[in-house]
Formats: sequence, C-alpha cells, structure tokens
Amino acid sequence: MASLGQLTAGIAHEIQNPLNFVNNFSELSAELLDEISDSLSNKEKENIINDIKQNLNKIAFHGKRADSIVKGMLQLSRTAPVAKQATDINKLVEEFFILAYHGMRAKDPGFNCTMEKHLSSNLPEVKIIPQDVSRVILNIFNNSFYAVDERSKSEDKNYRPKVSISTKQLNGNITVTIRDNGKGIAEDVRNKIFDPFFTTKPTGKGTGLGLSISKDIIEKGHNGKIQLDTISGEYTEFIITLPI
Amino acid sequence: MIKMLVVDDERDVELLFSQKFRKEIRNGEVELNFAFNAKEALSFLKALNPFDLVVVLSDINMPGMTGLELLKIIKTEYKDLRVMMITAYGDEKNYQNAISTGADDFLSKPVDFNLLKEKVMSFLK
Repeated sequence: MASLGQLTAGIAHEIQNPLNFVNNFSELSAELLDEISDSLSNKEKENIINDIKQNLNKIAFHGKRADSIVKGMLQLSRTAPVAKQATDINKLVEEFFILAYHGMRAKDPGFNCTMEKHLSSNLPEVKIIPQDVSRVILNIFNNSFYAVDERSKSEDKNYRPKVSISTKQLNGNITVTIRDNGKGIAEDVRNKIFDPFFTTKPTGKGTGLGLSISKDIIEKGHNGKIQLDTISGEYTEFIITLPI
Repeated sequence: MIKMLVVDDERDVELLFSQKFRKEIRNGEVELNFAFNAKEALSFLKALNPFDLVVVLSDINMPGMTGLELLKIIKTEYKDLRVMMITAYGDEKNYQNAISTGADDFLSKPVDFNLLKEKVMSFLK
C-alpha cells in the first residue's frame, strides 16, 4: 500500500482546492445578502439572488468533491489485512466488464460501445485479493468507457467506440489487457497518470486516485506489474501482469 | 487600474474572482483576465498590446505545463512582470521552490482575498 503519510499529506493539500470554493463562495453569499437593500431595483435584487443561488450550487458541488477525496483515502487506509484466495480471473474480469458498462449506461442511457472479449480458456487460478483486483479492473474499465465516450463526442458518426479485454498465460504470469479506442493519453501527461491526485478529467469527475491506487494494489499488494501503452487520439491499453 | 491575469485549470475560479472583485471591477479599478492552462496564459501575454498587465496570479498544479514552468518562462521573457503563485500545496517546500524559481509572492488555498488584495496593491508601489 502507498505510504499513509504521503497520502495523508496529499489529501490534506488536495482538499484545499474544493475548500477554496466552499469557504469563499459561502462568504460571498453572505456579503451579497447584505447588499440587498430597498434602494436597489427589482432587477438588481433578482441578479443578486441568482448569484447567491449559483453560489450555493457551487458550494454543494465542491463539498461533494471534498467528500469523495476523503472517501478515496478511507478506502485506502483500510487496516484489516485480507487473505489472498485462488481466483478465476476470467470470471472476475467478465463480471466487472458488464458492471462497468451498466454503470456507464445508468449515467448516460444513450451510451453505446462494442465490447470484445478474448479470454484464454485454460487459465490456472491465481491467488489474489479479489476485492482489490476487481477494484483495479473496474477502475480501468471505467476510464476506458469514459475515454471512448469523450472521443465519440468529438468525432463524426463513423467512429465506433470499442473496449476489449483479453487474458493470457505467459511465462508463469497471467496478463490481463484492457484496450479502448478512445481519445488516448497525451504525451506530456503520460508519466504523471499514476501519480496520486493527478487527473485529466474535469473538476469533480475524477479524484486522481484511481490509477495510483491501482498501481499500489497490483505492484505492492500482488508483486505484479501494471503497464500503459497509448497513442494520443487513437487508443489506450493497460496491461496487468500477475504472477501465478 | 490594475490589470491581472489569473491562471488556473479550475473553471470556477473565474466566477469566484469575478464576484470577489465585483466592486473593484464596477469602479474600474481592476480588470480580470483568465487563462485555464499555461499555454493559454502565454498566448494571452504574447497578444497583449500595449503591455499593461500588472500581475499574473497562477496555480501550480495544472495538467500539461505546470505553474512553475510557466513562471520560469515569464521571468525569462517578461522580466518586469510580477507573478504570484496560488496553490493548494502551501507547504514550506513548495514555497521555497516557487520563490527560488522567481515568484514575487505566494499564497495558499483557500485564498484569503483580503490578503490577496493587499498583496496586489503592494505591487503598484
């Protein structure tokens, strides 16, 4: 697991971003209320009220953002050690492939995407912590669906979003490869995507913790490896290697 | 008139600063400009004519070019332009890092706007 000290420091800082809005927009709203007086025209009063309403929405939004940052940390600092269990990786990835897809459809019923599976039929079971590895898989699927969705918003009708998953056994390891033909990851941010709190998603859509936690789970928790292959504007591929 | 450029990847910064400086903007004392990444900030500076900007207020952690990289470029190409860093990472190490890179001042988030206004005013002297 990531060093808790490092993470606590990160959270303590990162939470100042939403707090900056929560504190200042609430102060502002109180000031704006004081400005409403009889000497103002109805139009001016209405403008102030609209500003206050807008500020309250911003306060709620950034409050929730702070909440999700803290929740991310709490999940990570879970103290009880969990035992590894022999697990059928194919079953696990299939289950979360479908779950991630439905999660995306729940948010946006118009979302559509081709899903391909190339699962090796004779994989041995692997000793893993299933909750942790499924969290990694789910996280990468979510990113993949997000990436194809973003690309489909900016491209013409000929674009066909596709996410694929494959599993293989290779030299005493099992590899799980998740590939999407989404917008890819720009070269200048590629070496930062596993950093805690780094996100390419707009404010409020990502905590920047997903991939850093995933890397910890795979590398520190399972002695495995997580690698990235991507071309900006074409595809992104994550390759997870787990020792058998 | 104090003309400022605020650089931050968070869009809500525009709303926040515009409201916090609403009186000064109404009275014509302050003009705010916004850039949502370092590249946008540099093209804003390049296009500026006449060069009447008083100060750049920049975030540090931004996707792409960071605020410190932006600071370096500004201090090379526009030597007299004041730059204040505003960051959620307001610890001693980041402070020293920003100052040694050439920042004129440093503020941590959540932003204390009274303090920010004082600091900006001091740049006028």
